Amino acid sequence: MPGELLLEAKKLSVEFATDEGVVRAVSEVDLELFAGETLAIVGESGSGKSQMLLSILGLVAGNASVTGSARFKGEELVSAAEHRLNEIRGSEIGVVFQDPMTSLNPYLTIGLQLTEPLRLHKGATRKDAAEQAIEMLKSVHISEPERRMDQYPHQLSGGMRQRVAIAMGLICRPQILIADEPTTALDVTVQAQVLSLLREIRERFGTAIILVTHDLGVIAELAERVNVMYAGKIVERGSVDDIFYRCRHPYTEALERSIPQFTEIRPARLDAISGNPPNPVHLPSGCAFHPRCPYRLDVCDQSVPVLESVGPAHAKACFYEGPLLTVTESRA
Amino acid sequence: MSSTNVKMEETPGPVNLSDAPPGRSLWQDAFARLLHKRMAVASGILLGVIVLAAVVVPWISPYNYFTPEWALLDTPPTLHGGHIFGTDDLGRDLLVRVMWGCRVSLMTGAVASVVSIVIGVLWGAAAGFVGGRVDSFMMRIVDVLYSVPFIPFVIVLVVMFGRNLFLLFVAIGAVSWLDIARIVRGQTLSLRNKEFIEAARASGVRGPTIVVRHLIPNLLGIVIIYATLTVPSVILFEAFLSFLGLGVQAPMTSLGVLVSDGASDLQSYPYQLIIPAIFLALIVYCLNYLGDGLRDVLDPKAR
Amino acid sequence: MLRYTISRLLGAIPTVMVIITLAFLLLHAAPGGPFDSQKKIPPEIKANIERKYHLDEPLYKQYLRYLGGMMQGDLGPSYQYRDTTVNQIIREGFPIDIIIGGIALAGALLIGLPIGMIAALRRNTGWDHVPMGLSMMGISVPVFVVAPILILLFAVNLHWFPAGGWTSHSLLKVVLPSAALAAPYIAYVARLMRGSMVEVLNSQFILMARAKGVPRYLLILRHALKPALMPLVSFLGPAVAGVITGSIVIETIFGLPGIGRAFVDGALNRDYTLVLGVTVLYGVLIVLFNLLADLSYSLLDPRVRY
Repeated sequence: MPGELLLEAKKLSVEFATDEGVVRAVSEVDLELFAGETLAIVGESGSGKSQMLLSILGLVAGNASVTGSARFKGEELVSAAEHRLNEIRGSEIGVVFQDPMTSLNPYLTIGLQLTEPLRLHKGATRKDAAEQAIEMLKSVHISEPERRMDQYPHQLSGGMRQRVAIAMGLICRPQILIADEPTTALDVTVQAQVLSLLREIRERFGTAIILVTHDLGVIAELAERVNVMYAGKIVERGSVDDIFYRCRHPYTEALERSIPQFTEIRPARLDAISGNPPNPVHLPSGCAFHPRCPYRLDVCDQSVPVLESVGPAHAKACFYEGPLLTVTESRA
Repeated sequence: MSSTNVKMEETPGPVNLSDAPPGRSLWQDAFARLLHKRMAVASGILLGVIVLAAVVVPWISPYNYFTPEWALLDTPPTLHGGHIFGTDDLGRDLLVRVMWGCRVSLMTGAVASVVSIVIGVLWGAAAGFVGGRVDSFMMRIVDVLYSVPFIPFVIVLVVMFGRNLFLLFVAIGAVSWLDIARIVRGQTLSLRNKEFIEAARASGVRGPTIVVRHLIPNLLGIVIIYATLTVPSVILFEAFLSFLGLGVQAPMTSLGVLVSDGASDLQSYPYQLIIPAIFLALIVYCLNYLGDGLRDVLDPKAR
Repeated sequence: MLRYTISRLLGAIPTVMVIITLAFLLLHAAPGGPFDSQKKIPPEIKANIERKYHLDEPLYKQYLRYLGGMMQGDLGPSYQYRDTTVNQIIREGFPIDIIIGGIALAGALLIGLPIGMIAALRRNTGWDHVPMGLSMMGISVPVFVVAPILILLFAVNLHWFPAGGWTSHSLLKVVLPSAALAAPYIAYVARLMRGSMVEVLNSQFILMARAKGVPRYLLILRHALKPALMPLVSFLGPAVAGVITGSIVIETIFGLPGIGRAFVDGALNRDYTLVLGVTVLYGVLIVLFNLLADLSYSLLDPRVRY
C-alpha cells in the first residue's frame, strides 16, 4: 500500500543559541513519508513543528544548528550544498506557508511569482511558463486567471491568495507538498474550500502532503497518518483512526478533549489543557508533558519516554500503560 | 512507586505565556534588556563621564573660561604645566573652555529638546485624541510647517532678534517638534481605540484626565526614544548656529563656537579644532547609540 | 495620478504662501531696518532711499507689492547690492548649489547604497560592524568639522584639490565641497539601507522565495531590492532639506559664491528681499522634492496608487 519512501528523517534536531541559553526547538525527531500519502503533524504553537519543516529544507534561521539526518529519496539534505537544495526546493518539494498575505511578495505580480519556479527549475520560456501558470490557476479554481497574472497580491482576496500560494507550491509538480498551517489564517468557509482543493490535488497529481496544523478538524478531513508533537518531540504516531479512536498518549487525549463537542444540547465544560506550554529554554525534566499530565507517574519526571509500538503502525512515548478516560467514548 | 499510582488533578492553572519572574514591570524589563546592549551601555557610561567632567572640572580648575592670558597665547596641550588641553588664541585654558562648551551644548540640547517634546506631545496627543476635523486641521498645519525651511528661519530669527540664549532655545525647540507631534499623534490614534481607554471612559473618567493619566504614560516609551534622537540633532544645530556666528555670545562658549574658532587657524593649531570636535562627536555619538539601544528595547517593531 | 499631482501642487501653494508671509513678518518685525547699519547717512537721504524701496509704506502694502512682484517672477531688488536684483543673485548663485548638492546626493546614494546592502547581507560580521560604526561617526560629526579637516588634509597638505573658491577652471574644485556635504548622507543612506534590507530579508515572502529555490542573487535583485529601497525614497525630502542647510555652511567654509552664503549675508545685513527670495526658493524646493518622493512611492509600490 505505501509507495516509495520519499522522505526519511532520523534524529533530526534543531537548536538555537539565544541570549537566554540554548533552545531545543526540535528534539531527535524520526519521520517517514511515503509517496502519495498525507501525513499530518499536529501540535500547539511552540511544539517545534514549523521548525522541523524548515530544517528539512535548510531554511532555518542563521543562528540555528540542525543535527541528524533528513533524506529525500535517499539523498541527504541536512548537509547538502545550498545550490543542490535550491534545485530541490520548489521543484521536488513545494511549500505553502500559513499566511498568504505575507508569503507573497507585494511588489511582484502574481504572474511573475507563479512562473518563477518553472523558469528556474524547468527552464521554461516566459510564454510556456505563463501558459502553465494559467492552467495551474484554473486548477485551483481561480476565476479569470489571465487577468490575475498581471495583478498584485493585495488585489486578491485572502482565499484567492492562499490558492495562488498552493498553485505556486505545486506548479512544478513536486512529489511532496509541505503545507504549514494552510488554513489557520483563513475564514472558516474559505478553509473548507482550501481543504477540498488539497484533496483534489492529491487525487489529481498524487502528491504526498505533509500537513502541519494544530487543528484536529483539518486532520480528520485530510490526513492518513498523524504525528503528534509536543515540546519538540513526537509523542504519538499512528493512522488517523488510531489517533482519533484509539489514542494512547495523554497529550493527544487532552487535545481531543479540548475540541468543542456540538453533539450535546448543553455541552459540558470545555476542557482546556491545564498548565502552560513549556518554556523551550527550561524544559521540564523527564517527559516534557508531565507537569500537565493527569496520569503522571513518579518515573515521569525522571526519565524521558521513547516511542514504543502499541499497535500496527501505532506508537506512543509514555510510561503510563493504563486506559485513558475517554478511550471508551465513541466519536461520531 | 507502582505504576498504578495515578494522580488526577483537574484544576486549570492560570494562563501566563511567559516565564518572566513575577512583578517585573515593562520598564524594569526594558532596562534589563538595555543592559545587555554593550554599545548602548558603554555610550551611557561615557556620556555620564563627560557630563560629570563638564560639571566638575570648571569648579575645580584654577582657570576660568573668559580671562585672557596674554603671555600664554596658543600653547599646545601639555600633560604637565597646568594647561592639559593647551590654550586658545586668547590664552584661555582650553580644557575649561571645552568643559564649558560641553555644558552649554548639553544644556541647550536638554532645554530645547524639552521644549520641542512638550509642544510635540501636547499637539500630537490632542490631535490624535480628539480626532476628526480637528485632527485633520492640526496635522495639516504640521504638514505645512514641515515644508517650511526652518533653518533659514531660525537664522533670520536669531540675526534679527539678537543672540539671546533663551531665544536660541526656543527657536531650536520650535523647529524640532514636528516629528514628535506626528509620531505621538499616530500612537495616540492607535491607543485611543484600545480597550483600556474604553474601560476608563466607561467608568466615567473625563477626556483630559484620560489623556493625562492613561495615554501619556503609554506614550512615554516612544517619546523617550525620540527624545534621545532629538537631543543630538539639537546639539548639532546649536553648534551649527554658533559656527555661523549666530549662537551664544562671546566670551561664553559652546562646542560649536569652539570648533568655529578652532577652524580658523587649523594648520597652525589643529588641537584647537580637534579637541572640541572630538567632544562634540563623542556626545552626539553616545546619544545616538543610546537612542538606538532604547529603540531596540522599547519598540518591539523596530528590530 | 495626474489628478493627485495637480491637487498636491495646488495644495503646495498655501504652504508657499505661509512661508512668504511668515518670512515677511519676521523680517519686518525685527528691530532695525536695512539701511541702519550702513555708513551714516543724513536723514533726508535715508528717507529718500526708504521711499524708493517703498519702506515707508504700511506693512500690508509692502506685502502686497512684494506678492505682486513675485507673481511676475520678480523678486525685487537687493538692498545690499544696489543695482542688482534678487533674481540676478539667485541666477548666479543657484547653479553652484545645484552642482554641489547634486553631486553630494548622487555620491551619497552611489556609495551608501552598496555599503548598506553589503552590511545587511553580511550581518554581524566585519562588513557590518565597521561601516555602521563609521557611519555613526559620519552622522555625529558635523559638516563644519569635517570640512576644515578635509581642507587641511587634501588641500593644504596634499595639494590634491583647491582649498576653496570657484574661480579655478578645473573640475577639481567641486570635489572637496561635495565630499564634505555628502559625508553625513553617505552615512544616513548606508544605515537606512542596511536596516531596511535586514528587515526585508527577514520577511516571510523572502522565506517563501527561498523555499521556491530562488538562488541568492535573484533573491536580492528581484525580490528584496525594491521593498528595501522604499524607505530611501521617503528620505529624499528631508535629504534635500538637509543639503540646503549644509550648503550654507559649505559655502561659508569653502568660499563658494552660492546662494547659501548670499542668504547668510543677506540676513546679517537686513537685505529683506534677498532673504525673502532665497527663503521662498528653499521652500519651493522642499515642497517639490517631497511631492517627488510621494509620487515615486506610487511608482514603486504597487499597493500605493493615487
